[in-house]
Amino acid sequence: MANFSTSEFKNGLKLMIDGEPCNILDNETVKPGKGQAFNRIKIRKLISGKVIEKTYKSGESVEGADVMETDLAYLYADGEFWHFMNNDTFEQIAADEKAVGDNVKWLKEGDLCVITLWNGSPITVTPPNFVELEVTETDPGLKGDTAGTGGKPATLNTGAVVRVPLFIQIGEVVKVDTRSGEYVSRAGK
Amino acid sequence: MNWQASANLENLKKRAEVLATIRTFFAERNVLEVDTQALSHATVTDLHLVSFETQFLQAGANKDSATTLYLQTSPEFAMKRLLASGSGCIYQICKAFRNEESGRFHNPEFTILEWYREEFDHFELMKEVSRLVERVLKCRPAEQFTYQQVFSNYVGVDPLHCTIADLQQAVLTHQLHADWVLQEHNLDTLLQYLFTELVEPKIGQNLPCFIYNFPASQAALAKISGVDNRVAERFELYFKGIELANGFHELTNSVEQKQRFEADNRLRQRYNLQPKPIDENLLQALTHGLPNCAGVALGIDRLVMLTVDACAIDDVIAFPVNRA
Repeated sequence: MANFSTSEFKNGLKLMIDGEPCNILDNETVKPGKGQAFNRIKIRKLISGKVIEKTYKSGESVEGADVMETDLAYLYADGEFWHFMNNDTFEQIAADEKAVGDNVKWLKEGDLCVITLWNGSPITVTPPNFVELEVTETDPGLKGDTAGTGGKPATLNTGAVVRVPLFIQIGEVVKVDTRSGEYVSRAGK
Repeated sequence: MNWQASANLENLKKRAEVLATIRTFFAERNVLEVDTQALSHATVTDLHLVSFETQFLQAGANKDSATTLYLQTSPEFAMKRLLASGSGCIYQICKAFRNEESGRFHNPEFTILEWYREEFDHFELMKEVSRLVERVLKCRPAEQFTYQQVFSNYVGVDPLHCTIADLQQAVLTHQLHADWVLQEHNLDTLLQYLFTELVEPKIGQNLPCFIYNFPASQAALAKISGVDNRVAERFELYFKGIELANGFHELTNSVEQKQRFEADNRLRQRYNLQPKPIDENLLQALTHGLPNCAGVALGIDRLVMLTVDACAIDDVIAFPVNRA
């Protein structure tokens, strides 16, 4: 993989830092009127998810990371791997538990997820921002309640537990924001 | 759309007001406005400044006879030649050009206010800089700390009495992420790095803040202190995370000035950079005699940023380099 000089640093550039692929979130040139110039970058480590700041002397170079993102449809889990498919080429890729992580609870068959590949292997799986899932378990609610005061926990068919308004019943399909883990509305609305 | 200005009209009006305030400030003090050249035959030797070069040709002349001219990185050398010619106190508002500088606080072409006060030392000049900044920003007078005070305070190392290993250890102690530091052999680079990371974010947050008496190795064109030869009579002004001004009790000794230029050029060669032609006109002016004076350069764009609370220099410049 090519090296990138600090002058090529920009948001979204993927670099190998401390042996881990990272994504630049912010890049700032720091140059005193008299003295050495520095590049201060904020990076997300793509495997651990940690966000850190790092400073380089301007003019240094850093190894690039072979990282790409691709939209793949979730197919099924076999107990060890989660399988995804490219809907155009039908090529399949298997992601392990580490790559899927907590997002396992949002994976619904057929949904398009963003898979981040490092040297061709999946390192993270990002579900769509909104998913529609069926309520499999929740306390029976009060019929007249529409304001959703506080709500109640509901278990969805993927195993995720979210707070839903009291009027939601078992068997209903709800729309959830996967970034916050919050109920948005009944599906189809 | 790139044909339009990146600064809004309100900010450009504010910019005009700031310039008018500055001109009034100097008129009240009988400081003469001057207008020196942007193109020179010589340039700065500073390791960390990159000047723009261009080719000068007589009409119809062939390219081989071209003379290299440099766009000034500041009007300092020309203004000192005027001072040596007997101009008295002078100021200038002009464009300065620095290659490889672009970002939130940098545009390769920027507006500089530079002024020189005869018979001032750096303390008197700091007072005057504070007056000007108070008038423009309607803020309270600036605080003052020595470089040694703030560095010792926030880094935990005495900058005037330390080794490279001490500074590398400080980087580890403060858990800064900068691996290159362990291979760094330039003490000033490490001082500048630690100052940038640990001191700058802490100073000048509420009041403008002068840092003075920089290490002698970072004297630039300032006199070495007669009281403590480990420091130079140089100051910088910081306010709200912005480096606003840099000033000197000016070096007037031509022999020492020449030695500094030559030392710069040796350092440039060590870092595989082209040595730069030394400004002989400046050296001759110093030999003739530069009056005892203090001088300072202040970034007008950054001053305007502070007046309108802008977060990027592009917000106060009509056409920054990406639209120029």
